[in-house]
Amino acid sequence: MSTQETSAETEDAQPETEPAGSSHQDRRMQEKRERQAERDRQTEADAEAEAAENTVQIKVFRYDPEVEGKQEPRFDDFHVPFEKGMTVLDALIYARDHFDSSLTFRHSCRQAVCGSDAFFINGSQRLGCKTQLVELEEPVRIEPLPHQDVVKDLVVDMQHFYEQMEAVEPYFQEEDLPDAENLEEQRQDPENREKIKMSSRCIWCGACMSSCNIAAGDNEYLGPAAINKAYKFAMDDREGEDLKQHRLNILEQEHGVWRCQTQFSCTNVCPKDIPLTEHIQELKREAVKNNLKFW
Amino acid sequence: MHEHDVIVVGAGGAGLRAAIAAQKAGADTAIVTKLHPVRSHTGAAEGGINAALREGDDWELHAYDTMKGSDYLGDAPAIETLAQDAPEDVIRLEHWGMPFSREEDGRVSQRPFGGLSFPRTTYAGAETGHHLLHTMYEQVVKHGVQVYDEWFVSQLAVTDHDDPEDRRCHGVVGYDVKSGEVAGFKANKGVILATGGPGQVFDHTTNAVSCTGDGQAMAYRAGAPLEDMEFVQFHPTTLPSTGVLISEGVRGEGGILYNDEGERFMFEHGYANNEGELASRDVVARAELTEVGEGRGVDDEYVHLDMRHLGEERIMDRLENILHLAEDFEGVDGLVEPMPVKPGQHYEMGGIETDENGETCIDGLYAAGECACASVHGANRLGGNALPELIVFGKRAGKHAAGEDLGEAEITTGRTDETEPGEVDSPVSLGAVDTSDEDVAADGAAIEGESVVEHAVESERERVNHLLEKDEGVQHAEIRERLQKAMTENVNVFRNEEGLKTALREIRKAREDYQDVYVDDPSRTFNTDLQQTIETRNLIDIAETITLGALARDEFRGAHWRQEHQERKDDEWLKHTLISWDEGSPDLWYKPVVLEGENKTYEPKERSY
Repeated sequence: MSTQETSAETEDAQPETEPAGSSHQDRRMQEKRERQAERDRQTEADAEAEAAENTVQIKVFRYDPEVEGKQEPRFDDFHVPFEKGMTVLDALIYARDHFDSSLTFRHSCRQAVCGSDAFFINGSQRLGCKTQLVELEEPVRIEPLPHQDVVKDLVVDMQHFYEQMEAVEPYFQEEDLPDAENLEEQRQDPENREKIKMSSRCIWCGACMSSCNIAAGDNEYLGPAAINKAYKFAMDDREGEDLKQHRLNILEQEHGVWRCQTQFSCTNVCPKDIPLTEHIQELKREAVKNNLKFW
Repeated sequence: MHEHDVIVVGAGGAGLRAAIAAQKAGADTAIVTKLHPVRSHTGAAEGGINAALREGDDWELHAYDTMKGSDYLGDAPAIETLAQDAPEDVIRLEHWGMPFSREEDGRVSQRPFGGLSFPRTTYAGAETGHHLLHTMYEQVVKHGVQVYDEWFVSQLAVTDHDDPEDRRCHGVVGYDVKSGEVAGFKANKGVILATGGPGQVFDHTTNAVSCTGDGQAMAYRAGAPLEDMEFVQFHPTTLPSTGVLISEGVRGEGGILYNDEGERFMFEHGYANNEGELASRDVVARAELTEVGEGRGVDDEYVHLDMRHLGEERIMDRLENILHLAEDFEGVDGLVEPMPVKPGQHYEMGGIETDENGETCIDGLYAAGECACASVHGANRLGGNALPELIVFGKRAGKHAAGEDLGEAEITTGRTDETEPGEVDSPVSLGAVDTSDEDVAADGAAIEGESVVEHAVESERERVNHLLEKDEGVQHAEIRERLQKAMTENVNVFRNEEGLKTALREIRKAREDYQDVYVDDPSRTFNTDLQQTIETRNLIDIAETITLGALARDEFRGAHWRQEHQERKDDEWLKHTLISWDEGSPDLWYKPVVLEGENKTYEPKERSY
C-alpha cells in the first residue's frame, strides 16, 4: 500500500536502472561516507580545541530573597563553551544546566514570539533568544529589566505591565457575533489591515516599558506597549467611530499619550521593530483633531 | 483551596477557547497555567487555519482531505465535527478582531496548503498563531475569566476506584511558581486539560521548552488512556541548527525544495508526482531524509527551500515573519538565497483519548487541543488543521463541561465490547520502578469529593518537599538530555525494532536515574529547577508510550514508518493503539477506527499525492 519508495527498495531496483546512474549513486554514497568520516575527525578535533580555548564569559545578575548569600544582589561569572550561532539564551541555558541549576530566568519558545526572555543585555533591553553572542562585547552583562521589581535573578514582576495593558480595554467590543445562518466576516480593506499590522505584532515582552524614562518616573503612565495596543484597536476600521471615540478618551487622559516625550527609546529596543513612538504621535494628532470641533 | 465550576489547565488556543465557551455558558471559570497566556506556544504557529468558507469548497471536502491525510486512522465523527464547526468558529474569530490577511474585496484570504484539495487555509501573515492567541486572550480578559498565571499544575485530583471509568476528577493541584505555595483547585463541574504537545521528548523540535506533555502525563497516571502516541509528526521544514519552524505557507505560496544537485526532488525522484512540495507532511519529511540518506543532501544534513522567485512584494505581504526567522536563527536572507531546512519534531497526533465533545473516560475530565486525541488527525495531521482543532474542540469541551447539551457523542472512550487487549515484547520492565509508591494507583487520590483534592494537595506537598530536601543525587538536566537524544536517534521518522528497543532501554535507565533525582536550588521563590524536575518525569512517561506504541504497530501508516514492515496493513491495523497506566505499568489495548461518517463511509484507499 505504500506510495513511498524507500532506500531499501530503491537498491533492489538498481539493476533495472542504467549502470551509469547506479555508479553515480555509488560514488555519491562513497563520497558521503568519506565526508562523514572527515567530519567525525573534525568534530572531535573541534571539540577539543573549543574546550581548550573558545569560551564566552557572561556576567549574570543574581538575587534571591530567600537564600543566604543571594539576598544581597551580586554578579556571577560563567565561562560557556562557544558554538557558532549561539545566543544569549543558549549561554544562559548552558550555564544553568551545567554549572548552577538555581540560575533562574523565564524563557519558552526560543524564537522571539513568546516574549518571555527580555533582559538587560550589555545595557540594552533585548530578547535573549534573538541576541547573538558574537555581536556583543565581552564579558556579556545580563541583568533583569530595569524599572521593575526583581523576583529572583533575571525574573522580574510583570504584574504592573499586565495591568497597564489591560487598562486600555484591549479587546474588540463587537457584540454582533455570527451564527450558522449569518456566516459572514466583516470586510476590511487590505490597506487598513496593513495599517494595524505592525502594532499587532507586540509580544508583551516589556522591553519598551522598561526602557521608557517617563514610565520609570510615572507609575500611572500607560506606557508604550499599552498605547500601541490601543492604537491597534483605534485604527481598525472594523470597530466603528463611536468606539474609536471611546478609545481616544482613554488615551487622552492625564497619564496617556501626552506623557510621551518622544525619546524613541521604546522604538529603539522593540524586538519586533514596531514604530511605537510614531504610533503614539499619531494618536496625539487624532486626539487633537478629536477635541477641535468645527461646527 | 480555590473553587470554581470549570478549571481549564493551560492557556494556549484550546485552553483560552474552552474558558471563553464555559464562561459564556454561565459557568464560573478559571484558567490555571504555568505561563502567562500570551507566552503559550500557540503563538508560534505560523501557517493558518483550515475552514471551508468559499464557493466551490464545503465541509465534506475538508473532511475527506483530513481523512485521507490521516491515512484512514482518524475517526469520522471527530473529523466531520472539525470540518463542520470550523467555518463558524473562524468567522467568530474574525468578529473578535483577529487581523486576518485580506483579499482586495476585503474578505479574509485563504491559501493552498499540503494535502488540501482546495485553498482553504485562512491566515494572518506567517504569524497566524500569534494573532489567534492574542485575540483569544483579549476575549478572556473581556469575559472576566480568572487567570492564575505561573501556576504549574502538577497533579490531578481523581478518585481511586479500581476501574478508571468509575473515577471522577474533582480538581487539580497547582504549584505557584512565584511563591512555592502548593494549593488545591476544586472544580465543581469539570477540569479541561489543554496543555499542548510533548515536543520536549525530542531534542530537535519546533516546540517550546514548555511543551513537556504535562496534561497527557497527568491524565495517563490518573487512568485516562493515551491514544495513538506512536504517531509523531516531523515537520519537513525546520531550521537545522535550532528546530525553529519554517511554515508550510512557504510551500503553499509556491516555495520549492531542492537537493544538493539542484533537483526538485519531490517530482524528479517521484515522491509525489502530482502535488510535489504540497504532498502531506509525512511524505515530504521522508523524501527529504531519503535524499540526505542517499548522499544528495546539502552538507549531508538538510535540503534547500527556495522562495526567492515569489518576489519581495509577495513575501513581505504573506511570509514576512519567515524572513525574520531565517535571518535571526540561521543567518540566511530568504530574499537572496535558499533556506536550509530539515525535518524536526512538530506535533503529536496522539494524546488523551476523548470523544468529539472533549470528554475522557474519567467523569469530569476533559481534554482539548494537541494534548487530546479524538481522533481528528489519525496517523498524520494536515497542515492548517491544528488551529481549527484548538478552537473547535476547545469550544466544545468548554460548553460541555459547563453543562450544555451537545448531543450524544458517537466516539466511545474507555473499554467496550469492541476493544481488544494487545501485546508487545519489551526488552526491559516498563512503568514505575517502585510500585509500592502510593501515588502509582491514581496519583495519590481518595474516594470522597472534597477530600480528593485535599488528599492530592497533601501528596503533592510531600513530593515537593522530598525533592527540595534531598541534597544530592542526579539532576534533571542530565536525565532529560539523554532521554531527548535517545528518542531523537531511535524514534524518529524512520524506525526499526532494534532502535525502538534501544530507546526503551534508555527510557528505563532514565526512570531508574529519576529515582535518585534531586533539586539543587533550595529556594521556594521561582524555582524553575523544581518545575523542570517535575516536567522531566512527565517526559519519561510520554516517551515510553510513544516508543511502546511504535514497537507494537508493525506496519507503515502515516507518520509511522517501520523498516521491517513497509506496508499499510488494513486488515490488521485499522485500529487505535491505547495505553493505560495500570497499577504503575503500561497496559496496551486497541479499539477499532470509526470510518462511518454522517453521509458516507470512508473507504481506505491507496494514498498518493
